[in-house]
Amino acid sequence: MTWLTLLVAAAACYLIKLAGLSLPQRLLEDPRLQRTVPLLPVALLAALVATQTFSTGGHLVLDVRAAALAVAGVAVLLRAPFLVVVAAAAATAALLRLV
Amino acid sequence: MQTCALSLLMFTGASQFAFVTVIATGGNPWAGVATASLLGTRNALYGLRIASLLKATGLRRLAAAQFVIDETTAMAIAGDVPSQSRFAFWATALSVFSLWNLGTLIGALATHALPDPKVLGFDAAPPAAFLALLAPRLRAREPVAIALAAALIALVLLPFVPAGVPLLIVAVLVVLFGLRPASL
Repeated sequence: MTWLTLLVAAAACYLIKLAGLSLPQRLLEDPRLQRTVPLLPVALLAALVATQTFSTGGHLVLDVRAAALAVAGVAVLLRAPFLVVVAAAAATAALLRLV
Repeated sequence: MQTCALSLLMFTGASQFAFVTVIATGGNPWAGVATASLLGTRNALYGLRIASLLKATGLRRLAAAQFVIDETTAMAIAGDVPSQSRFAFWATALSVFSLWNLGTLIGALATHALPDPKVLGFDAAPPAAFLALLAPRLRAREPVAIALAAALIALVLLPFVPAGVPLLIVAVLVVLFGLRPASL
């Protein structure tokens, strides 16, 4: 992680937030924009879940992380708090590696 | 250091996690910048939604902008009158900002004391975190379908393109899908 990209990414995220507060309302009221923008985090987060669970260094793999994700999924369905979901997944992976 | 700078300067969790993840998995840092920015676009819609409630101008607006995130927007639009919304926004902003950064600092210090992260299952933590961030957005059929398609496409692409690129292709596809003509 370099400082340059970190600062550029932070600046971009800040300017996006500022744009929402500053731009004329009608610019962002386009219904197609209203429909598309909420789908972006859905698609990106889902892609991150999949790639982080089923790959290592550019190869598809199936290992204990899949079981950990399943446990996280159950925790989410039970409306567990964020940190509990994450801890449950980590604990599952750690325990399965012990056996 | 850099982790703490992310929480202070970027302050939008999903983008922070994605930025670190893309780089940690060997992706081009600029792919990380793009992914973080794309995940942050929803904050612009939040800002649009609450601009009329906050009525922040000048320096106040420059300060308020950094705090336009999921949590503060939810609290601001829960109020009935603008003065209540403003109070909810700033109170949530200050508490989430301080706790988020305190948590980051503790985490950054703690990782120095840790052995191999895999022993503690820490490599299973990022997908669980992303899933927890994703789940509240899946309350209708369309987002569920989009999520499944995005996950599948990213996995199919993964062996053939550099790290981080599957995310960008997925982003382009979902934008094309969202902006498609109404007749489709």
